[in-house]
Amino acid sequence: MTQLPQSTDRKMGLVIDLDTCVGCHACVISCKGWNTENYGAPLSDQDAYGADPSGTFLNRVHSYEVQPAESHAQLIHFPKSCLHCEDAPCVTVCPTGASYKRVEDGIVLVNESDCIGCGLCAWSCPYGARELDQAEGVMKKCTLCVDRIYNENLPEVDRVPSCVRTCPAGARHFGDLGDPNSDVSKLVAERDGMDLMPEMGTKPVNKYLPPRPKDTVEDQIDILAPLLAPVAEEPKGFISWLDKALDKLPGGSA
Amino acid sequence: MHPAPSVIVFTTLSGLGFGLLFFLGLGVPDVSGWVAFTFFAIAYALAVGGLLASTFHLGHPERALKAFSQWKSSWLSREGWCAVIALSVMGLYAIGVIFLGQSSGALGLIGALFSLATVFTTSMIYTQLKTIPRWNMKLTPVMFLSMSLAGGALLAGQTPIALPLLVIAAFVQMLYWRFGDKAFAASGTNMGTATGLGDRGTVRAFEPPHTGTNYLLREFVHVVGRKHAERLRVISFILAFFLPFLLLLVPFSHLFALLAVLSHLVGVALSRWLFFAQAEHVVGLYYGKR
Repeated sequence: MTQLPQSTDRKMGLVIDLDTCVGCHACVISCKGWNTENYGAPLSDQDAYGADPSGTFLNRVHSYEVQPAESHAQLIHFPKSCLHCEDAPCVTVCPTGASYKRVEDGIVLVNESDCIGCGLCAWSCPYGARELDQAEGVMKKCTLCVDRIYNENLPEVDRVPSCVRTCPAGARHFGDLGDPNSDVSKLVAERDGMDLMPEMGTKPVNKYLPPRPKDTVEDQIDILAPLLAPVAEEPKGFISWLDKALDKLPGGSA
Repeated sequence: MHPAPSVIVFTTLSGLGFGLLFFLGLGVPDVSGWVAFTFFAIAYALAVGGLLASTFHLGHPERALKAFSQWKSSWLSREGWCAVIALSVMGLYAIGVIFLGQSSGALGLIGALFSLATVFTTSMIYTQLKTIPRWNMKLTPVMFLSMSLAGGALLAGQTPIALPLLVIAAFVQMLYWRFGDKAFAASGTNMGTATGLGDRGTVRAFEPPHTGTNYLLREFVHVVGRKHAERLRVISFILAFFLPFLLLLVPFSHLFALLAVLSHLVGVALSRWLFFAQAEHVVGLYYGKR
């Protein structure tokens, strides 16, 4: 049913640390690999080896430059996948009941055999988390690796989403964000975890940990400042003469 | 948004068709026999043709019947129900009018109301989307309904009704463009809120996730043709409202009436193209495209 549950028993989701992510895209590749080979329709590529390749991905890593007013620009790598929103607009717009949010763990899923591929759920998602597979004609989205996290055929260490298991930097964390005592909830509380586009009213379960403040270069330079300061403020002697002479030539600055 | 031809054809034709059905249901014009048959045939061709066109963009049109199941939450599902009820009720009403020479006022009224409800539910599919501020306005259903009613009156050959309705629809269209142009900025969503990094400084998209394009960019970040938007608005306005208005003012002839309808049809289709092509989805912010 595409009516949202009043509440879910647990709120399983991801916590993504923007301070730690190095932008290696390993999570993108492992996600594509696991979700192509396992649950649901494979994530197809079109013209994969041609001039205009494109394909379905459930997780994409953007990179942003943030320029503060006073200090140096900062580069922030930004993985983005389904946020498994509490008030998921993609679920309620679905005309067939293919999209649903699970009561037991809050995971938002698509029943692919009911999906008519109208695309309206992707229109309603502010985060670009849903992509219509061009080969299958059905909507694909992050399943939070629902076929891994409860899979008793896998060693316990692997019962986390593929992206979390793969991340070499430890920038991705998985757990129950509905339980205030869980590791992920503590992490969010400690690091001021934030929502993306809170004004959309989607109440995302996934949280992003903002980058920690950087050391400022100005503070460091003070120690070495006397040694690094320019020796000659104004040119003298031969250099001074050369500077003036060159300025007087046609095209010079004087 | 990507201006998919199937959706433009659908909203344009079915809007006009259900507009005509609304007036036929009210017994305007009061016709019977072959004349009534012609009116109903045109209305059904437009309404059903439009609905069929809308299934062309589906990934799995063979599962379309499943779309009737979620009317409690989904506007798309409600639209399906309204369309089926309107077409069924108006079909029964048409049989009475055409073949039996009698019309049931109650049946016609119900059919007329569901015809309007179909246009309203269509508009709500777009209006409900917070992700597209230009659509997420109370003016969107007003625009769809006013255009449908003006077009319906025009097709029904009701000059005294069509003239004021054309003026109203033109006015609503102007308001829609005026407020629509400010909607994205007014929504408060920007790269800062999208990334959550806005309070640290100016956020700039440094590198996209992939070097190539993708479904999201093709579907939501349509920019081609925007540079002609202002000129297209003028052309659309003249064709949809101004020209039909003038053609209705001159003494009635079938040729002028046909020209007025065709001009209106092309003008509305153009307006609908702009409705999609100019709509900015907030996901474009993640790609630095807004």
